[in-house]
Formats: sequence, structure tokens, C-alpha cells
Amino acid sequence: MAEPSQLSHLTESFVDSSRSPTQQAASLDKIASLVKNDVLTMEGLVREMQMYLTTTDNIVRARGILLLAEVLTCLATKPLDNATLHSLIGFFTDRLADWKALRGALVGCLALMRRKSSAGVVTSTDAKAVAESFLQNLQVQSLGQHDRKLCFELLECLLERYPNTVTPMGDELIYGICEAVDSEKDPQCLMLTFHIVEVLVQLFPDTSGPFASFAGDLFEILSCYFPIHFTHPRGEDLGIKRDDLSRALMLAFSSTPMFEPFAIPLLLEKLSSSLPSAKLDSLKYLSSCTSNYGPERMAKHARAIWLSIKDALYTSLQEPTLSFTSESLDGLVFQENEIAKEALTLLQQVIMQNNGLFLSLIVEDEDINIILNAVPSYESYSDIPLQGKLKLFAAGCILSISTKTSVACCNMIFESFFPRLMEILGLSEKKLSGDHSPKDNYLISKRLNFGALYLSVELLAACRDLIAGSTQIACKSVSTYETSHCMLHSFSNLLTKAFCSTLVTSPHDADIYFGVKGLQILATFPGDVSPVPISEFENILITFMSIITVDFKKTLLWRLALKALMNIGSFIDKNNESEKILSYMRIVVEKIVSLVSLDDVTMPFPLKLEAISGIGRSGLNYMLHIIQGFEEALFANLSEIYVHGNVKSAKVTIWLLECYSNKLLPWIHENGVFEEVLLRFPINIWKQIESCVDFSVPEKELLDAMMTAMKHAVAFCSEESQNEIIQKSYNVLSSSTSFPLKESVALTIPVQLEGLQLTQKMDNLSCRDEWILSLFASVVIAVRPQTHIPNVKVILNLFITTLLKGHVPAAQALGSIVNKFGKSSTGSEISSDCTLEEALDIIFQLKLWTHLNNGALLRCSVNGSEMGHTDLCQAVVNNKLPQILAITGLSWIGKGLLLRGHDKVKDVTMIFLECLLSNGNALPLSQNSLENSCEQDLRASVMKSAADAFRVLMSDSEVCLNRKFHAIIRPLYKQRFFSTMMPILQPLIMKSDSLLSRSMLYRAFAHIISETPLVAVLGEAKKLIPILLDCLSMLNKDAQDKDTLYSLLLVLSGILTDKDGNAKWQEAVVDNAHLVINCLTGLIAYPHMMLVRETAIQCLVAMSELPHARIYPMRIQVLQAISKALDDSRRAVRQEAVRCRQAWASIASRSLHF
Amino acid sequence: MTLGLINANPVVHAKKERVARTEDPHGDDAVDPLDIYDFVRDIRDPEHPYSLEQLSVLSEESITVDEKLGRILITFTPTIQHCSMATVIGLCLRVKLKHCFPPHYKVDIKVSPGSHANEESVNKQLNDKERVAAALENPNLRQLVDECLYSSEL
Repeated sequence: MAEPSQLSHLTESFVDSSRSPTQQAASLDKIASLVKNDVLTMEGLVREMQMYLTTTDNIVRARGILLLAEVLTCLATKPLDNATLHSLIGFFTDRLADWKALRGALVGCLALMRRKSSAGVVTSTDAKAVAESFLQNLQVQSLGQHDRKLCFELLECLLERYPNTVTPMGDELIYGICEAVDSEKDPQCLMLTFHIVEVLVQLFPDTSGPFASFAGDLFEILSCYFPIHFTHPRGEDLGIKRDDLSRALMLAFSSTPMFEPFAIPLLLEKLSSSLPSAKLDSLKYLSSCTSNYGPERMAKHARAIWLSIKDALYTSLQEPTLSFTSESLDGLVFQENEIAKEALTLLQQVIMQNNGLFLSLIVEDEDINIILNAVPSYESYSDIPLQGKLKLFAAGCILSISTKTSVACCNMIFESFFPRLMEILGLSEKKLSGDHSPKDNYLISKRLNFGALYLSVELLAACRDLIAGSTQIACKSVSTYETSHCMLHSFSNLLTKAFCSTLVTSPHDADIYFGVKGLQILATFPGDVSPVPISEFENILITFMSIITVDFKKTLLWRLALKALMNIGSFIDKNNESEKILSYMRIVVEKIVSLVSLDDVTMPFPLKLEAISGIGRSGLNYMLHIIQGFEEALFANLSEIYVHGNVKSAKVTIWLLECYSNKLLPWIHENGVFEEVLLRFPINIWKQIESCVDFSVPEKELLDAMMTAMKHAVAFCSEESQNEIIQKSYNVLSSSTSFPLKESVALTIPVQLEGLQLTQKMDNLSCRDEWILSLFASVVIAVRPQTHIPNVKVILNLFITTLLKGHVPAAQALGSIVNKFGKSSTGSEISSDCTLEEALDIIFQLKLWTHLNNGALLRCSVNGSEMGHTDLCQAVVNNKLPQILAITGLSWIGKGLLLRGHDKVKDVTMIFLECLLSNGNALPLSQNSLENSCEQDLRASVMKSAADAFRVLMSDSEVCLNRKFHAIIRPLYKQRFFSTMMPILQPLIMKSDSLLSRSMLYRAFAHIISETPLVAVLGEAKKLIPILLDCLSMLNKDAQDKDTLYSLLLVLSGILTDKDGNAKWQEAVVDNAHLVINCLTGLIAYPHMMLVRETAIQCLVAMSELPHARIYPMRIQVLQAISKALDDSRRAVRQEAVRCRQAWASIASRSLHF
Repeated sequence: MTLGLINANPVVHAKKERVARTEDPHGDDAVDPLDIYDFVRDIRDPEHPYSLEQLSVLSEESITVDEKLGRILITFTPTIQHCSMATVIGLCLRVKLKHCFPPHYKVDIKVSPGSHANEESVNKQLNDKERVAAALENPNLRQLVDECLYSSEL
């Protein structure tokens, strides 16, 4: 038992209104937990609080009752016995009469009534007492907002949880509720009010019951809220939006058919208002009411509803636009219009409910008949005036929706309108019923009427959707929709012909669009019930194919036809219509495959590829077929190149390869398991190369395309297939004579000697060998980590030696090998013949790297290959120097290590840094001035390549070492590298006394920092900003560095414009403000890149927000610099300059005088 | 100045949509009338919380520019014939253009022929360097101009 003094202390602190809300809440929590943990019983609490509950001091009594009520709210799940509940609810029921302490009574009643049945609930007798007391004592509308809300919650709770108790109260209850909800205005209370009405109505479903006499009154109370006009500025703070209120009111409106005599006239009246939201709401409410009031009650409003729908449609539509841009082929586009959409939904709803009545209204409608009569007077789309277009479109929508609704509707609409449309199109039955030979030869001489074309296509589309949408109907029998089916069947031939002729003859985009659409619809009726015979289907396909192959100059028609073919293909593929698939295969797929292999030059090759990839992507079967033909064409072209050296095929082959790797491969990979297809391509490439003993292709582009395709194909393969591919390629590689792949060779001959030997061999590497090597490197780049690479040590040696000859893919492959080495899915070692450590030892044992900085390699290769001094200079110019090549190679290896987070990457970066710091003292080559200058150049370019190696390390690469090619990438590796490198680079930059190596260090710094995520840079901003600024001014000098400069400037701009961490950088920037501004004003005139100027000015704008005292001295400097930018040749820069000038000028005053 | 509004009930036109320019990555962008129009269209009218564009005082067609000679000619149309605000509008245009273009541009500002009762004197006043400078020294006038240029009422 809790100490009485403690309890009274807690009670006192809740009741005392001078305490803070948090204190009150804390004491409430404590009391509640005391009761919850059975330290205190409910009776004990009540007894203890006796004084507070009964005192005559209104404020204390109110707080006391509220405390008891709140405690009960907290104890919703604690079981209480019936006697306690009874006495408590009795108490609160009584207290409802105590208007001065009402809040507590309401909260208490609510808390007790809402209890779960498992914890003990209020009996129905007590509930009845609550309801009676409520109706007797409460004047809801005279209370404050929160109390009203509680009242409504209590009512809602009574109606929902004790329906059987409150129903017998009948009139009294309904009257009480009417009175309570009348003229409520608060949104939260209104939500409750609407729901109360909805629940109340369900308690009295009887039309002759007590509710019937109140329906009118109650609806009158509701009706003044419609349409909801919600002007609360911020809906968020209440959590209630206009839509919520509107939906709640709609549910109340449509809750009982007894509202019908009042609601429908009101809604129809509001529908004719000019306020769009009122229209929209009326339409929505009408839909909801229609389904709830039932057909009998709605029937008498049918005509009025139909007229209103028609009116809403006509007035809401806006001018259509014909859009045939290259991106979208949507055809006739009407602006997305909510009102029209809702009107059509309502139309469908009412037709579904009472189709006979509404269809007769539509069929007999004057307006529609007038529109139809007007159709023949305009031949083409452009002839029709705007109003006519709108009416035509409205009619199209109405007919389409009513056709779609049900089979009976479809029949009726077809019966009444289809013959007329055919008549207008000139396809009358008279001509149809004539003898057969003229029918077959019947040519549609005159152009089709656009209006009729449009309407008939809409009808066809609706009919197709209806049949396709309900498969049961399709199965039941053909006879149910006999009429429309028969009509379509008898006209299908003529229609096809008519549409086809439109495509050929019409010069109008709109005609062409609907012609293609019509044909596509005819071809996509579901198989067994299709009114279109298979011969017609084939005719349609043939027409489209002839457009594809012949009419490629008519861009729109061609694209539409291709799209239609793709749609037809995917439709029949989805519905598994075997007969049609066969025709499609025969007519479309085979033809299109033959297009690629043919040497037909009339049709542009890119178009052929677009068509073939489009058709392929519309179905698996087609793709399998197409890819086979595609590969045949590809290999035929390749062998043409290998054997005959036919350079003409090279361009075509490159196209084919690009299409293969960009379009077909990703699709195959996404759509199911085609392991054998994926595997076939690389294997065949290798086989073909193996069989060609010698070839030479000068085309470098072709090799690049081959490598890309190879990489993608291999990357998508599974581990087993990759093993197979790599084995195959290894065999081809080892059979080539140029590569010494015997392990003994690699291990016994001293490294440098071997290098020498290889150097000689590689100098005269044949074209075929280069291809083999590059493709092998591609395979290695793309394999998964688990895939076993045979004879790794030898391969490593091979790649090392070839990369020293300037073969970059070899370096990338090396990077991939060290990246993926020995990591399997289970974490165990995979490669048995070599471990990662061994592999790294092999790589680093080569003294090439470590000697880079003192010119050992240089000497070695100079002596070894008898390279003369002039050659050396030449080599410098061409960047072919072994050192540079070695650095490039090493950077890719370093990238591989960095991505997986290996420690050795430190060694690699140390080599680069040593290169950057080399002072050239060690070079003994300086003999005369010519040599000296040459040597200077040489050293500079080596250092530059070492600095650029950091970019390779940090940047994301498209060609290798990325997720696509299964690289192992450790999270946050960039941040990690950044934070290891910065403490090393900073002191080096400070200490560096040579101008050259300092600038090179800046370069390296720039590469690292511009690739690091901004978040990491922001943390270090204080230290980095001075170096960053020096770096910018260094890069400013050379036009070649503009991209580096720009990316670095973006980092600065990121720091300056970062909104979250203001304090972090502001200090750093403020300290260096004059440096930053000097640097930026220098960049305003940067001549080589517009983006640099623009960004520099944006940075200056950001600078103007710093504390004025600090930047004021720089104001004039900035304004002078900016005034030059006002005259910039680029508009974007000028506009930024105006903004910047404004920002800086307004620091001191509004006037711009300075 | 408490005589009430000079034009109490002006005709307000819709704002035209801003055309996003297609950026040409290479080559220079010459100054064209739309550039100038974009700078001045949002200047607020001295009397009403509408922009000059909305009141149809300015249009893109009423601006000509010769980049080689560095000349800009703006012709504007006051909403009513005897509008005493015409000079203020002209002053606003001049100040705004001075901010937005380098000093070597010569700016001529005129009311369109026949649109103002004192056409000649207004034109003369607007293109007289001394008088413009004097007007801008007047703190009241200066404040009015600044309000029009930097108003956020629109």
C-alpha cells in the first residue's frame, strides 16, 4: 500500500492548477502506475480522493474528477470487477449534469465505455443511463470545442458499441442527436458528426420507423455543409484535409435511401454550379449515392442525371493537342480532367445499375445524333472547328464508356451506331452484300472521314476491352454478344482494308494515328472469340511489316507501326494464342531477323536495330528466335572481317554489338533464365577467334565494342558458365604463340630479364594476339569473385608485362583479379594454386614499381632496348614512357585493393607519393642543357601521371571494378581513403619546397577531394579550405585542367551552400574570407568553361550571407569583379551576376552606389 | 498626394509563361529583347500590386536591342493618357537596367507614341542624365523606386 501522504501529494500536484503541465502529467502517470501495479486499489483511490470529488470548489472538483477519469483512461487494459465499474459509471453519469466539472465526467464515461471486453465492460443498463443522462443534461452546442469533441466521441461510442441499448430510445435519441450536431463548425467535430449520422442511420433501416420522420430534418442539417468549403489555411496542424471531410460527408449522404428525395435534387443543382470543386464533389456523391440508394429510387432521376453528365462533359473538356513527339506517341491528348473523369465514372455506374433506361436515353439523345449528323461534313481532323472537336471527343467518351459497361450495352450501342458509322466511312452493307469478286477487289477510293474513323476506333477499342477484360464471357458462349460479334465479323475485312489504305494515303497525322490504332485493335481481339479471322490478322501484320521495311522515311507512321507490332506481339504472347503466335513468328520475327542479315542498304541500319530490339522485347519466344538470328548475322559479319579483312562490315558490326550489349542482353537477363543464351555468345566469339589463325583489323572501335559486349555477356552469366568461358578463353590464349604461359618461365627467369624478353616479343604483337589478350582481359574483368581463374600466377605475370607495354585493359584486369581474389560467398579460400598474398608478392616483387622514382627503370629500358635519347623525348611526348605506363597500371591495381579495403593500397599510394616528391637529384642523365630540359619534361609528366593516378583510385569507373562487374566494394571506402590521405598530404604540401612537386601534390589533393562525398569533406572543412583555395588558383593556370577545376569548385560550392552544418564551415570560411573571395573573383573571368564562371558567382552569392562586418571590406572588390561578369558572353553567367551584384550591393544599403 | 489613385481600376492581364531557354552548350548568347524583358517584367507598378507585365505596360515586342552598338531602347505604354506615374515607371526601368547591364550600354526609354498626354516632355525627362541623377537624389522618389524594384508584394 502506498503511503497516504505520497498519494495525497501526487493528487495535490495534479489538482493544483498552478503547476506546470509536465508536473501534472508526471503525477498522473505515477498514480496510474500505482493502480496498475496493484499497489493501490481503485476503491482506495476513490476513497482517498473523496474530498476532491465532492468539494464545492468548482475548480478543484473539476480537476479531481478529471484526475479520476484520466487514471481510468490509463487503465484501459486493467481488469476491473463489475461492482467497481457500476459504481464508477454511475458516478460519471451523475456528473454529466454538473456542467462546471463536465470535462472529467465526459472523459470518465468515454474511458469506461471504450474498455475492452476482456478487462470488464459497462453493462447495457448503465450505458442506457449514460445515454439518458447525456440527452437530458447536455447542451452540446453551448460547450467549448474540446468538450464538444468529447461529447461526439461519447455519442459515437454509444451508437457503435451499444446499438441494441440505444435503438429503443427511438425518437428521443434521434432528436437529441439532431440537436447536438446542428450548426457544428469545427472540422474535427464535423468528422465525428458525419460519422455519427452514418452510424445512426444504420440503426433505423426501416422506412416506416422512427427515423423516417426525421430524415428531412437531419438531411437539412447535413446539406448546408455541401459542397465542403474548407478555408483552414494549414490542414496539417489538425490532421484533417478537405478531402477527408468531403469523404465523411459523402458517406453520411449515401448512408440511407431515405435521403434520396432530398439529396439527389441538391446534388444535381450543385452540379450546375460554376465552382469546379462543387462539380467534382457532386459527381462523386452521385456515384456513391447511386450505388447505395438502389435502382428503383434512382430511376426517376435518370433523365436529369444523364443531362447533367452530358453537360459536365461538354463544359469540362478543353482543347485537345495532337502530340506526336519522338518520346510520346499518345495521339490525341486531352488534358487530364478530373471532372470529365468523374462524370464518366458516374455514367458507367448508372448504366451498370439500370442499363435499359440509360442506353435508351443515350441512343435517343439529340446531341449525340446531332454530332453524328455533323460528322460527314468535315473530312479531316484539321477541318473540324474547336467546338466540334470537343463534342466529337465527348461523344467518343460516352459511347466508349457505355460499350465497355456490359455485353448487353455493347450489343445495343453497336446496333444503334455501328452501321451509321460504317455508312459514313463508305463501307455500307450494300456494298458488302454484293457478289464476292468486287468485294475482294474493292478499293477504298475516297479518304476516310476522320470523325467516323475516330468514333469507330473508339467503339472497337471499347468492345475489345470488354471481351478481353472478362474471360468468363469469352468462355461462356459466342451467342451472348452475337450482335456486335456478327457485325464486327462481317465488317472486319472491309475495316482492315480501309484502315490500311488510310495509312498509305492520308497525309494527316491524326488519320494515321487512328488507322494504326484501329488495325492494332482488330489484331488484338482475344483468340477464340475474335471476330477477325486469322487471315485478316495476317494481313494486318503484313501491312505493318511493309511499313517497317519500306516506309521508314515517314517517321511517325514507322514508329506507330513498330509500337503496334510490339503491342500485338506481347498481347498474343501473354494470351498464349498459339495459332497467331505462329503467324507472327512467320511474318514478323523471321522477316525482321532477315533484315539484319541482309545486305540491304536501303533501310538505315540503326532503324533495323530499333525494330529488331523492339520486337524482341515484346515476348520471350520472339527474343529467343531473334537473338539466334542476330548472333548469326553478327558472326557472319565478324568472319567477313577476320577472313577477308572487309572493313565495310566493321561499322555494321559495331552497331550490332552495341545493340546486343545495350538492349538485348539486359532484357534477356531481366526476363528469366537464359543461361545457355548468355553463355553461347562469348563461347562462340572465342571459337571463332580460335579458328581464324591470322587476321588483322585496324579498327580500334570494333575491338572496344567487342570488349564491352564480352564484359556484359560474361557479367550476366552464372558462376559455372563463367568457369566454362574462362577455361575456353584460357585455352585460346595459351595456344597463341606470343604468350609464354609456362609457369617455369615465369618463375625462373629473373624478372627484369623476363620483362626484357617479353618487351621484345610484345613489340611485334600481332593483331590477333592483341585481340585475344584484350578479350581475355575483358573476361577476367567481368567474372564473379567465385569464378576460378586458371593458372593465376602466370596470368598475373602476363598482365604485368603487357601493361608495361601500355595495354590498359590488362591493368584493369589485374585490378579486378586482386579485387576479387580469394573471396567466395562462404568466405573460404577458393583459388588453390595461389593466395592473395602470393599474388600481391608477385606483383610487388617486380622492382619496377619501387625503382620508379630514381629512374632505374628508365635506365634499364633505355639500355635494354637501345632506345636513343631522341626516342626518349618522343616517348615523353606520347606518354609512352615505361614509368608512366607502370604508374597507370599500378593505379588500377591500387583501385582494386582500395575497393576491397586491403592494406597494401598504402604501399601503392606511397609509391605514388614518392614519385610526386622526387626531386630529380638521383637522375644521372643530366649531361647537357638539351638533355636537361628533356629530362625536366620527363620528370614532370611522370609526376603528373602519378598525381592523376589518384583520380583513377577514387573515381567510379564504367569499364571495370564496379557493381555490374561484381567488384567487391567495401562501404565508405572513399571516406576511409580520404581520411587516411589527408593527414599525409597536408604536411607534405606545407613542407614541399619545389614548385613542381607542390603543384603535383595539389593535383593529387584535388582528385581525392573532388571524388569524396561532401559529408566527409564538410567535417574537415576548416583544415581543408586554405589548401583547397591554393589548389584552385593553381589549376586556374592551365586550360587542360578545367574539368578538375570545376569538380573542385563544386566541392567549395558544396561547403559554402551547405545549410545544415553552418557553424562547422562558417568559422573556417570567415577566417579565410579574403582568400576565398580573392580566389573566386579570379575565377569569375575563367575563359575556358562557362560552368566554372557560373559556379564561382554562385559561391560569391553564398559568401554574401556571412557576417557583414567580416565581408564588408571585400565588398568593393567583389562588385568591381562582378560588373565585368555582367558583360559575359553567356546568358546564365549574366543572370547569376545580376543576382550576385544585388546580394552584395544590398549589404550596405539598397543603393548601388559605390 | 492624397488625391486618390490616378488609375483606380486598371485592366490586369495574365502573366505569360516563362519560357525556359534551351541551353546551347557552346557558343555565345547574344543579349536579346527577352533577356531585358525578363529583368524588367516583374517591376511592380507604383500604384498597384501588379507587375508591369500584368498591366501590359511592357511587352517583349516593345524592347529593341543592338548588341554591337550597345544600345537598348524600351518603349512602354502607360495605362492611361495622363498618368503622372509614367516618369516613375521610366525611372524604375532605368535604375533596374543600370543594375543589370554593364555601363557601356546606352539605354533609351520612351513612352509609346500617342500613349501619353505629355509625351514629349516625359521622353525628355527620362533621357536627361542630369534630371535622372537629380531625381534619384530625392529620398522620397528614391524610396518609391526601390519599393517598385524590390517589392515582394507580387
